[in-house]
This record gives sequence, structure tokens and C-alpha cells, in this order.
Amino acid sequence: MLHEPASPQQEDKAAERKSRLGLKLFFVYAIIYAGFVFIGVTKPSLMGVRVIFGLNLAIIYGFGLIIIAIVMGFLYHLTCSRLEDELNIEEEKE
Amino acid sequence: MIYDVSTLALIIFFTFIALVLGLSFYFARKTKTAASYFAAGGTIHWGVNGIAFAGDYLSAASFLGICGMIAFSGYDGFLYSIGYLAGWVVALFVVAEPLKRMGKYTFTDALDFKFNSRSIKLMAAISTLVVSMFYLIPQMVGAGDLVVPILGLPHWVGVVIVGSVVIFIVATAGMTSTTYVQFIKGGLLIIFSITLTVYILNKGLRTEPYPDFHKYNSIDVYFDDSGVLHLSENPGYLITGAATAGPYTFMLLEKNGFSNWYRLTENDNGPVLEEMLSITRQAIGTILYNGAPRSERLFYQVGHLSKVVSDGQEVEFSGPVNPFSFLRNIKESEVVRYTKTSFEFEGDAVDAWYPETTSGEEIMRPGLLYRLEGASLLERLNFISLMLALFLGTAALPHILIRYYTVPSPRDARKSTIVAIAAIGSFYILTLYMGLGAMINGVLDVQSSNMAGPLLAKSFGIGIFAMISAVAFATILGTVSGLIVASSGAIAHDLLDRFMNLNMTDQVKVRAGKIAAFAVGSLGIIIGILLKGLNVSFLVGLAFAVAASSNLPAIIMILFWKKTTARGVAASILVGITMSVGLILLSPTMYARYGLDPASAPFPLDNPGIISIPLSFLTLILVSLFTAKKKTGNLVN
Repeated sequence: MLHEPASPQQEDKAAERKSRLGLKLFFVYAIIYAGFVFIGVTKPSLMGVRVIFGLNLAIIYGFGLIIIAIVMGFLYHLTCSRLEDELNIEEEKE
Repeated sequence: MIYDVSTLALIIFFTFIALVLGLSFYFARKTKTAASYFAAGGTIHWGVNGIAFAGDYLSAASFLGICGMIAFSGYDGFLYSIGYLAGWVVALFVVAEPLKRMGKYTFTDALDFKFNSRSIKLMAAISTLVVSMFYLIPQMVGAGDLVVPILGLPHWVGVVIVGSVVIFIVATAGMTSTTYVQFIKGGLLIIFSITLTVYILNKGLRTEPYPDFHKYNSIDVYFDDSGVLHLSENPGYLITGAATAGPYTFMLLEKNGFSNWYRLTENDNGPVLEEMLSITRQAIGTILYNGAPRSERLFYQVGHLSKVVSDGQEVEFSGPVNPFSFLRNIKESEVVRYTKTSFEFEGDAVDAWYPETTSGEEIMRPGLLYRLEGASLLERLNFISLMLALFLGTAALPHILIRYYTVPSPRDARKSTIVAIAAIGSFYILTLYMGLGAMINGVLDVQSSNMAGPLLAKSFGIGIFAMISAVAFATILGTVSGLIVASSGAIAHDLLDRFMNLNMTDQVKVRAGKIAAFAVGSLGIIIGILLKGLNVSFLVGLAFAVAASSNLPAIIMILFWKKTTARGVAASILVGITMSVGLILLSPTMYARYGLDPASAPFPLDNPGIISIPLSFLTLILVSLFTAKKKTGNLVN
């Protein structure tokens, strides 16, 4: 017995492009995150360097990672919604 | 610590719990089918689900654990906030929509959606149970910590209360009730965290956190020609004993019939004795707090600034500050933290905490907990392993993944994830303010880092303390509810119905789920009582490592590697679970817990992710390549 989704799903023509976009954004974020870990491991003193508003790199980078995740999430959603509207509506017209 | 019980706190606390239970009763009447019990019928609005995601995710580890860790270890605690939030990027960009398309009720459904493999059903269900249990234990530990100051009850009573209430919630109404409890709690947690942060900024930085803050004694001493220690003046103290632990010497001083420990150290004027906090378990069975019985109330809260620098000027009080100047001023000031040590004296066991002045520079960057400056290779690997597990763990937590099945469509799954990221990200930024606020405002209980947030609220008034505590308690209730729903689904739906082919009716499946909820909840209560005292965020970090090792390789490879086979998936889950759990049990922290020397632990890292995650990926690839030749269940994308 195979398992169907919890609620009925329509075919999503944008799925592949959304998936590719998601992967790209994931790798961008992973690199930024890895940079944070890399600095922490190799040159931790750099984290104490003052960057802006009198705050050090640790605070700016840490807050930055949180804020970038939120911003990238919104951009991803907007792009995905546009792709879904374009591709799935085009399909319906055909 | 010695706590006062407040009637107002009790009333607010129990009113909140009654509301949660009332909500459960309400939804219980609507829960008839397996779809509504395990997945809320797939009808939850994405906005509600997003905040409920936040409610699920912002567990005791986030509010109690991270705030406590920041309060005791500065920026290193904030690393957990960063890692926990970063994990949502993996969930959103990689797994949210595909998982919604693939699954029905449980995480196992998603993994097994094309294979129909009994081995995947079995392994994924076991993995769900193991990860949920690892996550459940810290929630229970946190619950116990929380009831001590609110209700004045012992730790184990708190664990039993949480366990019982949650079993009731889950066994009555399942996922619908759990979702709305999470929604309310997630929203309230964010609102009260903002309120608490405003209080902190308004209070500013001061050397004396509050008027009756205990001023710790510092007594000048000198050594005579024969090396014997004498008090420079005689303010009524008498030296009655001495002990050593590591590089430190401690002196026992008596005054007015009570004895307390002091650490011998040096300041600019020469040798000095600094007052410590101590708990002495006497051989005859009595326990003394700072040398006196509990009723004398001599065991104080700690954590304050010894030097306040505001905009470059040394002051005693900075005045209200803004979010930037709060962080900037702490960076330029000096904080007094307390470090624990243990020793024996004339047959008595002594736990003592001595003050250490730490520069704000050190507080505001990594290094106090995870020593990275001049660190050994192992210490660096430990740090990388933690950050890797936090990053990859979120997208593999079964109780988070099942929330994708409660919304109608993949688009709703995506939208609710973004709401969750925004809510959770905002909360995590606030954890830095709440943790540092607790660190400098003289509210810390050296016996439990988990209570930093609620005790900070208490210093601002009993009303906000009661609300924060009730929300924190609801945080635990909600998270435990989600975990128990995930576990009961794994047992009733994955194991009994699908793996053992019992072909249960909807009604029987729901009943089996409720019995499973009772069993899992009871087990969580017992382990939660046994593990009292560990930092809940540390424990959740381990749950992330187990989830990332056992579940994530399977999810990722099913989605993106066409040669993945059923046996490869099952093998990777098995290797992920056994390696991660095995390495945790052999780690230095667990060795200390067993009462053994941590240095003799066979596995030198505290977090296993750096070994177990790649190994699980490798297992999946190798087994899939090997079994693909036999054409056994290749995934056709």
C-alpha cells in the first residue's frame, strides 16, 4: 500500500525550477554560515574586531545570519509564487 | 536557590494551564478520524501553522536553555540561537515542499512514499521515537526547573505535572489541539520576550542591580614570615579550615556562628579572600547553604557588573539604553561571573562557586564555553560538530516535519515556514538581550542555568514573572505535545498499522496512538527526573545531532539522488542512529554524568555530528550502489 498526500495535490509545473532555486539559495546561505564557523575556528580573535555601531564582528555576523535567513526566505517565497502563477496558469491555458 | 512562592504567580500560572486544558477539551470533540488526530485534517491556516511552528520549535531549549547559557557563558550561548535558526534555511529551501507532497501523517510516510519498504518503515519509525525521546528529555528537565520557583515544589513534581498534562492533551485531541496550543504559546512567547527586552533596555547598566543586592565580602590578608595566613584586620572572622581544588586554595571563615568558604586570590593590594557561594553536604546528612541552614536564606542570586562603561565613560548607572548601546556598553564594561568547583573537607562534600571578573570583550565573542583561542584540534572539532548538527538538525526533526501535513498545500507549507523563520529569528535576536540582561542584573541561580529568563522577569515584578513562567511552562507543554504526537504516530501508524500490517481501522489507530502517547510520556517523565541539572539547550543540541545523523541523509538523498535504494535509506538511518547515540553515550559529558573521569571517555567530542552525519551519508551511498545492481527498489524521480 503506497501513501498518498494528506490532502489532494495538483501537479506543480514549477516544482523543478523551485527546487533548483531552493538549492542555489541553500548553498549561498551554507557558504555564509560556513564562513562564520571558519572564522570561529581559525581566527577567533577576529570575532572581537569592532565593525559598525561599536559592535564587533561576532554580533554583526550572528545577527546578519538571522536577518539574511529571513530576507532570503521572503525572496524565495516571492519568486516561487511568481513561478507557480506563471507556469501553472500557462498550463491551464494550454 | 531558595525561592518565595507568590500567590499571584500561582493564580496566573494555573489559569493559563486551565485555558490550555479547556482548549484540549474543545478540540477533543472534533477529533474523530486518524487524519484529524495525526495531521489536524490538513486544514490549518498557514499563518496559524507558521506561529505554531515557532511554538513547536521555541522549546524549553530556546527560552530556558539559551537564555541561561548566554547568562552564564556570554556569546557562546548565542551560537545555539544562530545554529537553530540557520537550520530553518535547510527546511525551507530543501525539504518543505517536497515533504508536503510526499507524506500523509508521519515522517516515515515521506521517506517511504515510493519504496513501500518494510525496512524503511521500521527504521524511520524507530528513528522518530529515538529523536523525539532525545528532544523530550530536556523539555521535562526544564519543566522540573520551572516549577521550583513558581510552585515551591521539588523538581520531580514539575516533571510529573508536565508529563501528565501533556499526555492528557495529546490523548484527548491530538494534532489540532496541539497546533492551537502551540499557536497561542508561540505568539505569547514572542510578545513577552519583547516586553522583557524593553524592561532590560529601560533599566540600563548599573553596578548595583537592585538596592538589597548582596555585596560579596573581600577581606585583605597577609602571610607572616613562616608562611602562615592572617587576616589584615579582624572584622569578627575566624579562620577555621582550608581546602584546595585544582590550582585554588579555599579558606573557611566563621562569623556569628556560621562558616562560609572564601577563595584565596590576589588583587592590586596583595593577597585577598573573596567570599564564595557554597553548598555543603555534611556527612551527617544535613545540607548547609553558605554555611547556614536553608531557612537562614544566606544563599544569594549572582551576576553583576563590576565596572560600567557608557559611551566611553566609567559610570555607576548608564541610564536607559537602546538595543545597540546596550550591547556596545556591555562590551566595554566588566562582568562578575561565578565558576563552580567541588572539594571535600573533613568528610563533607562542598560545591562552591567563586567570582571571576570577565571583560565585556570576552563576553561578547565566542570563547568562554567553547575555547577557540589557542584551542586544540579536538576543541575545534567539537565546535564544528555542534554547528554542523544545529544547521542540519532542524530539517530532520520528526515533530517539526509532521507540521507540514497540517496545511492544505505545498504553497501553504512554504508560507508557514517563512512565518516561522521570521518569528523564530526575531525571538532568537531577543535571546541575546534576555541572556545578557540576566547576566548583569543579579538574578542568576548558580544551581540552574535554565532559570535565568524567568528569574530575570521576577526582578521586574511578580506579574511579568508569573506570565513569563506560565508561557515558559506552556512552551514545554506545547513542545512535548508535538513530540508525543510524532511518537504516537510512529508507533500506531508506522509500526503497528504499516510495518506489522495490522490493517487497523481509523478508530483503532487513534486509540493505539493514545496508548502510545501515554507510554512515551511516562518514559519521558522517568528520564526527565533522572537527568535533573543538565542544561536543556545542551541536551537539545544532542537531539539535533541524532536527527541530522539518522534522518537528514535519507531525506536529502531521496530528493536529489536517483540511485537511492530502499536498503540504502534503511541502512543510513540505522547507522545514523547507532553512531550518534553510541558516540553520545561515550562522550566526556556523559562520562562525567556516570561519575567517571571525562578525560577517559573513549570518544573525545561532546557532539557526534561531525562523525555520524558523514558516515550516514556514506552508508546510504555505498549500500545504494551495491543494492542498485540487483534492481531492488530504485527510486524513479
